[in-house]
Amino acid sequence: MEVFLQTLVAGVLKGGLYALIGIGMTLIMGVMGIINLAHGQFMMVAMYVTYTLFHFLGIDPYFTLLISMPSLFVLGILIQKYLLNPLMKVDSILPENQVLMTVGIAMVLTEIARFIFSSNYLSVKTSYSSSAFYVGGISFSVALTIAFGIALLLTFGLFWFLIKTDLGRSIRAVSQDGEAAELMGVDSEKIKMITMGIGAALVAAAGTLLLPIYYLFPDIGGPFTRKAFVITILGGLGSTVGAIFGGVTLGLAESFGATYIGMDFEDMVGLVIFLLVLLFIPGGFRRLTKV
Amino acid sequence: MKRPSGPLLLLVFLLIFPLIFREGYYQHLMILVLMWVAIGSGWNLISGYTGQVLFGAAAFFGVGAYTAALLSSKLELSAWWGLPLGGLLSVAIAFPFGWICFRLRGPYFALATLALNEIFRHIATIWESLTDGMIGILVMQTFISKVPYYYVALATAILSIVGVDYVIRSRWGYYFVSIREDQDAAESMGIDTLYYKMVSLCLSAFLIGITGALYTNYMGFIDPKVVFSLHDISIMAILVGIVGGVGTIYGPTVGAFIMVAVQEIFRTGGFGLLNAIGKATGWPFMTTVTKYISEAHVLSFGLLVIVVILFLPNGIVGDWGIIKKIFVRSKKPAV
Repeated sequence: MEVFLQTLVAGVLKGGLYALIGIGMTLIMGVMGIINLAHGQFMMVAMYVTYTLFHFLGIDPYFTLLISMPSLFVLGILIQKYLLNPLMKVDSILPENQVLMTVGIAMVLTEIARFIFSSNYLSVKTSYSSSAFYVGGISFSVALTIAFGIALLLTFGLFWFLIKTDLGRSIRAVSQDGEAAELMGVDSEKIKMITMGIGAALVAAAGTLLLPIYYLFPDIGGPFTRKAFVITILGGLGSTVGAIFGGVTLGLAESFGATYIGMDFEDMVGLVIFLLVLLFIPGGFRRLTKV
Repeated sequence: MKRPSGPLLLLVFLLIFPLIFREGYYQHLMILVLMWVAIGSGWNLISGYTGQVLFGAAAFFGVGAYTAALLSSKLELSAWWGLPLGGLLSVAIAFPFGWICFRLRGPYFALATLALNEIFRHIATIWESLTDGMIGILVMQTFISKVPYYYVALATAILSIVGVDYVIRSRWGYYFVSIREDQDAAESMGIDTLYYKMVSLCLSAFLIGITGALYTNYMGFIDPKVVFSLHDISIMAILVGIVGGVGTIYGPTVGAFIMVAVQEIFRTGGFGLLNAIGKATGWPFMTTVTKYISEAHVLSFGLLVIVVILFLPNGIVGDWGIIKKIFVRSKKPAV
């Protein structure tokens, strides 16, 4: 029972971060209608930003959120403006050229990181990285708990932004019907840039929060891109609430898989779940709730 | 490519190629090109003609490669049986996969194929009792000379081009293109879109699987990292398709030549040219550049994806008219 509870806690905490990754992806998917295959790579870039700030300036990883998020926001905007928006006007046989473009961006980002930092594993070791506190015999990793708290705050902040502000409303409008939104006077190209920025900033937050308990190397982006994709499929494409459920589900599935099946299978669990969801509830959790 | 004699001349050239270039290195490069022609044609059939972008060509490639290797290492049969069997096994994988995942459309299907690729890479890594995991499988090569492999690769490439050409000219080809252009319209015209997408995927998987088995026979060694590689197989297959021209018969051929050349230029540092310059001038700077260049082939792939999609969305064959216009209008060579 103790092992079970411990696994449950670890899964939920990890799920909080996964939700953050998934929400960014699902926002981009909703507004642009494309899958951002550079999502994990954005996270990798943010992790390197955090690493650099921590290593050379000694800034606490959690404070670097204030720098990593804005810088990824800008990176996202620039990529959308100069690489993805021009593709709207390009006439191509292949409809998925935007997705292919994000693959190219992902490769370039990874290789640039490899040039600068080489392929070595890096980590950020803080005083609280490996400490834990206990509640009723269950250990909570301090770093992961803080990360979970910040992830929760950011998620609520995002929902407030999407529901209450004008810009948030415009984003939701473009996501529901791009042409109609444009007719209502929404500058959809600008909205797309901002959405890409927000998505990148959210995944940057996840990367920064994950770094104290994880390690870092240039190829780390790929697995997280796939996780982000699995989360969005689980939650229902383009659904932000679904992404939270998807994130927690994936976190739980991975930690239960690691405990009860074997560490080797941690990465495969997500992929198997993904196929099962496709088979039995295509459309993800969103379809179950009809929200 | 417009004149019918073009491909014929190329064919004649390819037939006598090993007689002209006796050096193993050039023959090796040409074998790689021919393999990529086959893989690219397979990719082109499902992605270019049917419009279902395949991000996981390595799944089928690796299954074919492992079939051949396991036949030889576990059953002590000739690895050459892997060519037909590897192709068929790839189809056997493609069938249930397509049945499940063709309910997804567009980019979502593309990502599902990526997941398939990853699943197989994990299986090949974890299932050590069967595949020896990361250690890989060693297969004894049948021939010392590269020439026999060359002609097998040439035959595979010709089979794939002629096969794709035949399919595309047939009734099936029109169904495929109609699915690419508008799936709902195709469905409402009475085309069983799921069925024809499956047909297209299975044909693709067969071609890619055969090439995988050929790869095992030729290289004599495989491991999960190489044959299920996302960058070096799956992305390379996409690049071969889009650089050459999506949805054109000879696009993958052009793409294969260019991509293998690009890969090789970066791997060898401009065919040793940079190294030679470094030695001749004695600049320590040049050796650093050479080192970086040889590490940069994935970077170059990424940049190539971005540039090709932005400026040549239909590839060299598909946008041949545009390229020709640039050259004719301004005498300066276009970038």
